[in-house]
Amino acid sequence: MLKLIKKFIKKVFQSLFRRRKNLKIGLYGPPNGGKSTLANRICKDWLGEEMSEVSKIAHETREIQLKEQVTIKSEDGKELTFSLVDTPGIATKIDFEDFVKKGIKKKEAKERAKEATKGVIDAIKWLDEMDVVVVVLDGTKDPYTQVNITIIGNLQARDIPVLLVANKMDLKKSDVKRLEAAFPQYDIVGISAKYGNNIDQFYEGLFAIAG
Amino acid sequence: MLTLEYIPYSRLEQLSSDERIDEILSIVKQNRIVLLEGKLKKEEETELISKTMESINEKFKGVEFGTIDSAMQESAAFFAKLKKSMANILLGDRVGMTIIGPASIVKEIKQDPEKIQVFTKNTNQKKKRKNK
Repeated sequence: MLKLIKKFIKKVFQSLFRRRKNLKIGLYGPPNGGKSTLANRICKDWLGEEMSEVSKIAHETREIQLKEQVTIKSEDGKELTFSLVDTPGIATKIDFEDFVKKGIKKKEAKERAKEATKGVIDAIKWLDEMDVVVVVLDGTKDPYTQVNITIIGNLQARDIPVLLVANKMDLKKSDVKRLEAAFPQYDIVGISAKYGNNIDQFYEGLFAIAG
Repeated sequence: MLTLEYIPYSRLEQLSSDERIDEILSIVKQNRIVLLEGKLKKEEETELISKTMESINEKFKGVEFGTIDSAMQESAAFFAKLKKSMANILLGDRVGMTIIGPASIVKEIKQDPEKIQVFTKNTNQKKKRKNK
């Protein structure tokens, strides 16, 4: 009972202060789910410029990327201003040989792997700084991975509001229903960050959890 | 040769979160797959990932892990769910099972709410290819 009361008070305080301080929205997820592509889509739509480098090779984002003062507007005239945080993909294993197989030279691959491990640690450290998190999942892949379960479970345990995104909906293999079945307690927005499909619904989702 | 090491809940029960993770990782680094009775806390899972990342080098490539939590099965009927929730309250982290293995041996762990499958790498094939 005491726990419930504490949780309630914490939520009320969090919602009060969240509106006053600089709101941070983090993009989290496994590598190559499309976090940086979504970050670029948001920044292009509202600031007219891109934010992060993207690549087909995993772990392209190895440092936290921050874009301050992003303001989005809803159809009914509401505004939401926040700092957008693009994070390195969270993984449980990193093998430099995987980068070598993708054509990167051995020395560079080892450096990339080292930076990627640091990136994962930083992404986890930054979890506590987030007010809202968008979990970007690859809609073409099996959703029941431990990384997805760990990220979503941690956000739930920390009482951080979550929006789940099923990305890559432009690809035939993508399947939002499979993600909905895996995480039935969440609303899931299916998008293509690359082509902007269904992006308005994504912004509506952001207003719903952070506005 | 594949080695599995079963860790009963009682072995980790009295340890701090840090000590639990260190214990698990020390076994995994010996190229053994850990079968843990119960599950780690959510914060311990992220700590396991962080500590794994800190340990990665040319020999140790990381881990694969998966948890099956019978209390969380969405498909269960109401009374079955209630029974499992009660068990979870009474037994805490003892409910469920966790598998943690080195990424050099465990290729993938597939899981859904009802089952967990561990796919290992075929190391013999690699050796055979090298011998050719």
